Amino acid sequence: MHRAIEFLQERFPEDVQEVVEFRGDTTIVVNPKAIRAILTALRDAPEMGYKYLSMIAAVDYHPAEPRFGVVYNLYSHRYRDRLTLKCLLPGAAPVIDSVVSVFSTADFHEREAYDLMGIVFKGHPNLKRILLPEDFVGFPLRKEFPQRGQ
Amino acid sequence: MTPVLPERQYDTMLLNVGPSHPSTHGVLRVLVELDGEVIVRAMPDLGYLHRGIEKLCENRTYHQCIPLMNRLDYLAGEVNNFGFCLAVEKLLGIEVPKRAQYIRVIIAELTRIASHIFWLGTHAHDLGAMTPLFYGFREREKIMDLCEMVSGGRMFPAYFRIGGVAADLPEGFVPEALAFVKDFPTKWKDYDTLLTENPIWKKRTVGVGVMTREECLDYGWSGPMARGSGVDWDLRRDNPYSSYEDFDFNIPLGTREGDVYSRYLVRMQEMLESAKIVRQALEKLPKGDIKVDDPRISLPPKEKVYTDIAALINHFKLIQEGVTPPKGEVYQAIEAPKGEMGFYIVSDGSGRPWRVKIRRPSFVVLNATDKLARGRLLADLIALIGTMDIVLADVDC
Repeated sequence: MHRAIEFLQERFPEDVQEVVEFRGDTTIVVNPKAIRAILTALRDAPEMGYKYLSMIAAVDYHPAEPRFGVVYNLYSHRYRDRLTLKCLLPGAAPVIDSVVSVFSTADFHEREAYDLMGIVFKGHPNLKRILLPEDFVGFPLRKEFPQRGQ
Repeated sequence: MTPVLPERQYDTMLLNVGPSHPSTHGVLRVLVELDGEVIVRAMPDLGYLHRGIEKLCENRTYHQCIPLMNRLDYLAGEVNNFGFCLAVEKLLGIEVPKRAQYIRVIIAELTRIASHIFWLGTHAHDLGAMTPLFYGFREREKIMDLCEMVSGGRMFPAYFRIGGVAADLPEGFVPEALAFVKDFPTKWKDYDTLLTENPIWKKRTVGVGVMTREECLDYGWSGPMARGSGVDWDLRRDNPYSSYEDFDFNIPLGTREGDVYSRYLVRMQEMLESAKIVRQALEKLPKGDIKVDDPRISLPPKEKVYTDIAALINHFKLIQEGVTPPKGEVYQAIEAPKGEMGFYIVSDGSGRPWRVKIRRPSFVVLNATDKLARGRLLADLIALIGTMDIVLADVDC
């Protein structure tokens, strides 16, 4: 069992929703409202030491509801292991707290997730499109967005 | 995409560096706010090379994604496939035969040398030293030739397959590669002599772009960028994949504060370490299969396809439907020349990936442009872009 599961269940008993183990990867589904607090705790607790945010990925699970997943991949240099956190967001208004204040690297990752998937990161200092032009319409990584242009 | 112009409080000037400028290493635009010659703010503007590779993958079989991955960090084309194939293999729950693992390591480490040589040549060129580029390309050309030998491709070998590699090493490859890695340290001395103690080079790089260990982690830096600041972390050693635990190599660390010069020293040493790994892999290269013996993953041999109906059906099904991993989500990271390259793949159980998220090291590193450049001279920006070792195809994906 991953060492972070017990830690999170103890510190955030209300917010741990599900634990998925697959091919040696541990994914903990947590309450999106608590993501900033959880990441801060994982970063600052010496027995966790997740000081490095590897990436943030946005996933569209259409037609499932809640439709969007925001995935945080953490690495601990001290314990040399990984942890994946996932937050599920509703399709109608995918909004989640920005974690730029916890990890500076989240800046670009969140902008990318906003740009391509339309996830809104509340509290991001500069939430603008990053790869696509500013006047681009739509979010191309969403499943309803066509592969080819008209 | 276009950054909003900042409000002008006093006499600052806005300068566009790029998108088409030799020192931006591709189509990167940096909007720089200057106070005289001092940078007040630097705003990178990306996306000029965005091809939507992540989206393109969703409509392709896993094998069809392989040529796309080559085009991420095109200076280390095959390393991207290394990560992608490992991620799909993790989804499938398979391990490729030992010989294939060694062959992959050989190609990946040769590519690392080529990528570092390219970085060295262009970085030095940006800062006014023309010669390292020519010396470096002499060796890079040899590596390209070796890639061509195994795959027919130089920049985009597309040689790795899910479950192994496309074909066995051709005759004559091992002696040629061995001759190259044995000779490489002598050639490497040429670059070292030109730059390491060069006073102009040191003036331009020492004390520029300093990042502490903590800042590196905060900004998600990995690979040589982080090791230049003393972060003792290398995925090849700490989370070994593809038999890296069989090889004996050192992880060079920055001995100084994490400045441009320190990262230069780290990458220089890494080239020698890679040559060491290639040499060991070539000498210990095991015999055996080069792909997994599983008809659901590997294509049958060509002569069987022509003579055996079952093999023909199998071939047809694999091309049409592709490999079908079970439902699930995995993340697999490798130590690419530019840092941690990660693939997060969501599978819905079909032959096409539901979602592929690529963690590109260049993209992450670029996030720190403003932090590095603020308060420095404009000329330092060129050194900073060079030290980041970015490839815009990797940044924009």
